[in-house]
Amino acid sequence: MLDVRDLDAGHGDIRVLSGVSLSIGPGEIVALLGPNGAGKSTLLNTVAGLLRPRRGSVTFEGEDLHRLRPHLVVERGVALVPEGRRLFGSMSVEDNLELGAFAPRARTTRRAGLERVYALFPDLQGRRRQLVRALSGGQQQMVAVGRALMTSPRLLMLDEPSLGIAPRLVGSIMDALVEINRGGVAVFLVEQNVQAALGLAHRAYVLESGRIALQGRAAELARDPHVRRAYLGPLAMRQ
Amino acid sequence: MSVLAQQLLLGLLIGGLYGVAAAGLSLVFGVMKVLDVAHGELIMLGGYAAYFAVALLGLDPFLSLLVVLPLSLLLGVALYGGLFGFVVRADEETRVKNSLLIGFGLALALHALAVRLWTADERSIVSPYAGAVLSVGNLSIPVIRLASLTIAFALIGSLHLLLVRWRWGKAIRATAEDWQAALLTGIDVRRAYLLAFAIGTALAGAAGTLVTVGYSVSPSIGLEWTLKALIVVVLAGLGSMLGTFVGGLLLGVAEAASAAAFGGPYREVVGLVIFVVVLVIRPRGLFGR
Repeated sequence: MLDVRDLDAGHGDIRVLSGVSLSIGPGEIVALLGPNGAGKSTLLNTVAGLLRPRRGSVTFEGEDLHRLRPHLVVERGVALVPEGRRLFGSMSVEDNLELGAFAPRARTTRRAGLERVYALFPDLQGRRRQLVRALSGGQQQMVAVGRALMTSPRLLMLDEPSLGIAPRLVGSIMDALVEINRGGVAVFLVEQNVQAALGLAHRAYVLESGRIALQGRAAELARDPHVRRAYLGPLAMRQ
Repeated sequence: MSVLAQQLLLGLLIGGLYGVAAAGLSLVFGVMKVLDVAHGELIMLGGYAAYFAVALLGLDPFLSLLVVLPLSLLLGVALYGGLFGFVVRADEETRVKNSLLIGFGLALALHALAVRLWTADERSIVSPYAGAVLSVGNLSIPVIRLASLTIAFALIGSLHLLLVRWRWGKAIRATAEDWQAALLTGIDVRRAYLLAFAIGTALAGAAGTLVTVGYSVSPSIGLEWTLKALIVVVLAGLGSMLGTFVGGLLLGVAEAASAAAFGGPYREVVGLVIFVVVLVIRPRGLFGR
């Protein structure tokens, strides 16, 4: 459903991605791994329309996304949970969630969307009137995922959802992703926590220095010597 | 003692006007990251619109707002479409620089245009309740200024409700806080900019109306009002319209106090001192995020 072809992108004069191609099928969970600075966020931001590609194309269900302004990419069913959550801190949990349902298509399912988010993250229901900035990092991440879900996406992209949140909450975020995926939403996950990401994903890509270095089924990549050495650490090597 | 109280009261009454004058500038700057230095000239245009609404249509001075508000809303849409809509396409640093250039150009053009159309003479409205005064104890309250403060408060209160309750009001606040995140939630950020600019211009028009009704209007009042609005924005900080209103009241009272303490000429100085002191001690302003 998502096809990235031969993509070059970057910030200003700096080229970050060169010749990146990848695809995500309906209902898949795909992980994107790679060291800091490899261009993972640049790739997600380009798909979301925040960055314009220099070359190449991004198509979603046959339609070119790279010509659309970002709010229209959302309208087509591609949502991004950005790195660092980027919530509206001076607003309540529910205001943040409802803003997710701002676009016309999502607005019609706003009620059902809220129920779905509260069912997924029961923690949030009791805090719906609280200001977002008063929440813990993990709870904020739940709001960020919830806000993206409110756009009623068919592809949900997440940029480092486990960054800066308590380890015990990482599990519940990951569980939520599996749950969301069961509802038929494809998931594209950028994650530092490689073990968790590969445990969750069907397939994975490894991005190094702006190029796809490796790709394959998640279970195979988890056994790949290069992946184990570079991303899973010495403990995994010894096993 | 009662002389001082009287002066402070008059300061408070004009402070409401400062609040409205600053609210538009604050909204535009907070949402678009664009500094519209022609804001005072927009106030001036609003003042003339009110003058002609009263002179030609024979409206009650305050009711002229019903004409001025929609007109200035439309002017805001036109100015965004013709000028400021291009500025917001640049990144944030370039935005402020370009908006200063465009704002100064616009201010000069509007000033020259006003002189050409309406001469440089001061004009004022004779309102039916011009001399009316309420007496409370030793204090006398000019009815027209009290009405002006009440309307100022009503305008800011409505704006506050609009930003808190209305769907697009929330979108405007979201855009002010993080425009990229706003895009990711599906908000058409450029439309939020357009709305913020149009509302900001309408507030300038309302402020101009109150200026003409309470004082007088001439083509050259623009710079003075841009400066007042800028001082209030710095004093109050961005992000809260009620805070901006309180900032306006504070400036009005501070001006009156310094005029009472050091003499009339120092009225204008205190604002600039506040401007510098706030920037040094608390750059985000009293109520800023």
